[in-house]
Amino acid sequence: MVIKARHKRFILIGIGLALVGLAAMLILNAFQSNMVFFYTPTQVDKGEVPHNTGFRIGGMVLENSLKRQDDGLTVHFSITDTAKTVPVVYKGVLPDLFKEGKGVVAQGKVGPDGIFMASEVLAKHDENYMPPEAAEALKRAQEQGSTSLVMPK
Amino acid sequence: MNINWFKYSSPQTFYPLAGKMIPWFAWLAAILAVAGLYIGFAIAPTDFQQGEAYRIIFVHVPAAWMSMVIYIVMAGWAAIGLALNARLSAMMAQALAPTGAIFTLIALVTGSLWGKPMWGTWWVWDARLTSELILLFLYLGFIALQSSIDDPRRADRAGALLALVGVVNVPIIYFSVKWWNTLHQGSSINMGAAPKMAATMLLGMLIMALAFWMYTVAVALMRVRCIMLERERTSDWVKELSVQGIAGVKS
Repeated sequence: MVIKARHKRFILIGIGLALVGLAAMLILNAFQSNMVFFYTPTQVDKGEVPHNTGFRIGGMVLENSLKRQDDGLTVHFSITDTAKTVPVVYKGVLPDLFKEGKGVVAQGKVGPDGIFMASEVLAKHDENYMPPEAAEALKRAQEQGSTSLVMPK
Repeated sequence: MNINWFKYSSPQTFYPLAGKMIPWFAWLAAILAVAGLYIGFAIAPTDFQQGEAYRIIFVHVPAAWMSMVIYIVMAGWAAIGLALNARLSAMMAQALAPTGAIFTLIALVTGSLWGKPMWGTWWVWDARLTSELILLFLYLGFIALQSSIDDPRRADRAGALLALVGVVNVPIIYFSVKWWNTLHQGSSINMGAAPKMAATMLLGMLIMALAFWMYTVAVALMRVRCIMLERERTSDWVKELSVQGIAGVKS
């Protein structure tokens, strides 16, 4: 086959793209640990979090852990990744989607008493969208111990 | 049927063809947008955790999809223009850039408006949001670079290189929610898995995406027609067109 000039240019563009892609992959790989938006409670437990500076913890709000102080603003709750749990205290307004058993990301510092003092609390919701009735049916099905997502008739 | 595609790769023959195609795509876009918005706002059910506020998804997600699709198409045209030295391909890339930038901006703004009530913040520097912002800068950089070089052929080549290098950002945006932990949730629609949303919600979103797609084609064709006239203003076919135009006004 005769390689024409335009074929050569296509090949060059292809090689160029592959090289740029490879470079991007290596860079992202090198920054892997800096690309995280939040740390999990397990990482906090293992000490894999930055010391002396603030960071974010992400996970679920532990069921029955939410307590409000009498001033109505300060809240205590725990963030869990089902393996480890971190107690958190926060003073301020919580987002609408903040709920026990739902996702949360808190920014702050670990205090001397081991309690995470949050300066900002964000809600992290999942990618499921459905009408309330469907969510209700799904919940009932799960409570009955069925693992199937097919709705009961 | 045997169509000679190269016939339409010359601006002279593509100009009238594009003119005929524009109304079709524009009408399709309008009809689909009305249908999509009606499904989104009147038929689709309320969401179990976000209530009515989730309905911004019918604009946000299609706009974000288009911002990525347009970039890939733009880079594709740029690559063809670079390799084949084809004028029209480079013009198509140039015509797509502003629409891509606008969809990126729409995705960022609607996402911000959505983030405030749901997450509790307008903006965070997580991987998804940051990479989408970089996409906006890539579009703006492409537009700025192209318009800062006077010689159109050189402007095309420089723009094409930038567009091609920037294409690595698109998979980063798409997979960011998978590769790193982010505040932005994962994709509701994945290949090879059941969509994680109710059927009518999904339908509304897909129709809106189609509407945006048709809009993009219509607007890009309009823009490429202007670019063709501007760049080929010294050629015979444009002069002939302008003579016809003057005659048409007089008669």
